[in-house]
Amino acid sequence: MAQPVIPDFGEASECVSENRLFCPDWVRDNWDPVLQPALVQHIQLTLIAVGFGFVISLGAALAAHRLRFVERPFAWVSAVIYTIPSLALFQLLVPITGLTVTTVEIALVGYTLLILFRNTLAGLRAVPPEVLEAARGMGLTAGQTLWRVELPLAVPAIIAGLRIAVVSTIALATVAAFVVSRGLGGPILGALRLDFRTEIIAAGALAVGLAVLADVLLVLMQRLATPWAASRRSA
Amino acid sequence: MILAALDVFANSLDFLVDRRELLLEKTWEHIELSLVALAISILIGVPLGVALGHLHRGSFLAVNIANIGRALPTLVVIAVGFTVLGIGFTNVIFALVVLGVPPILTNAYVAVDEVDRDAVEAARGMGMTPIQVLRRVELPLALPLLFAGIRTAAVFIVATATIAAIAGGGGLGDILVNQAAYRVEGLVAAALCVSVLALAADAGLGLLQRLLTPAGLKQQVSSFEPDVRPVV
Repeated sequence: MAQPVIPDFGEASECVSENRLFCPDWVRDNWDPVLQPALVQHIQLTLIAVGFGFVISLGAALAAHRLRFVERPFAWVSAVIYTIPSLALFQLLVPITGLTVTTVEIALVGYTLLILFRNTLAGLRAVPPEVLEAARGMGLTAGQTLWRVELPLAVPAIIAGLRIAVVSTIALATVAAFVVSRGLGGPILGALRLDFRTEIIAAGALAVGLAVLADVLLVLMQRLATPWAASRRSA
Repeated sequence: MILAALDVFANSLDFLVDRRELLLEKTWEHIELSLVALAISILIGVPLGVALGHLHRGSFLAVNIANIGRALPTLVVIAVGFTVLGIGFTNVIFALVVLGVPPILTNAYVAVDEVDRDAVEAARGMGMTPIQVLRRVELPLALPLLFAGIRTAAVFIVATATIAAIAGGGGLGDILVNQAAYRVEGLVAAALCVSVLALAADAGLGLLQRLLTPAGLKQQVSSFEPDVRPVV
């Protein structure tokens, strides 16, 4: 009779087998196979969602800036999407796009629209009329005014919107694991089912850390993108 | 693909009709869970925010707590709560309150802190005690914004309660995280219920917010839309 095949899972450390609150050795051993890929996927999910969301909302905000009637319907639709719980929105999309990354991305893009649209439009509208007057006096066309005056002055408001959108997308993307095993939600959900504490805490800390880091990077980006604001800040 | 999707939606409508008792029971559980969590969040967030706003102290903490709340993924809070408190109602309420307090606290703080100083000054000049100033001037003027925070938290809690099912919270999430038992139709039906619940909470509290706004403030407030709402 052949010997039964017992898979070799390696030695679990004492800490892991006792399921203590946090085992650094598990994190060290599983960084490459588990945590690092999940982190990279999480960043991808976020970048794609915010990228598409930004393009759509910027287009809609520019349209609403010129044509006032665009504002209400777009704001209304994006507010409704925003109010729908993420897990529900994912499940409502599953019959249409399946258990795929597309499903997740559509929902994540949907959640960025309200904040990005509102902030961009508010930024464009906050440009002082005398500045626009001066631009016209210098002979700038409407297009030139938009690119050289209105959009640059709206940058702080746009980046403020991006900060909220990025941070909340990072938080939301963990829920994506219910649909498709991608991102940091995957290890968290898996560990939750096995009641394995170290993995929950490690992956959770990575998600929070990523959100904080992204927020700091965007603040730095705003300082670089609006050098004229530095003198005002220090004053 | 579109036909198959329509088929699923048609089946989920059947599910809505056939299993309405289950859905009603889970919806009611969901509402109960959310109300308890919201009540606790209000009891913690409002007094703290109002006190800090009245004293104009702790602005850094009060304003940033909403940002911190936003950066905390729901799933992480539930999962970490689960590792510490174990499975069940307490853990779920804990997670919902952790996520529900920040918008309430921040809005309550900002609402009271930003009440027109001249109005407060005038009230003091009339001989009102600090408590009278708070009750008769600051609170009525702060009410709309304060209530906006409660509205945000309510929508947030309804959404979070869905995910909380993973830690044994009950409610509509029980169906949403259990595809094996309820199949896609059941999931879509439950997703519809929870979406309607969230939209109804938002609309209902929005209406209440408008009713609570003192007449003299209506003009100002209509143009203000708080954008500190977190997403779940």
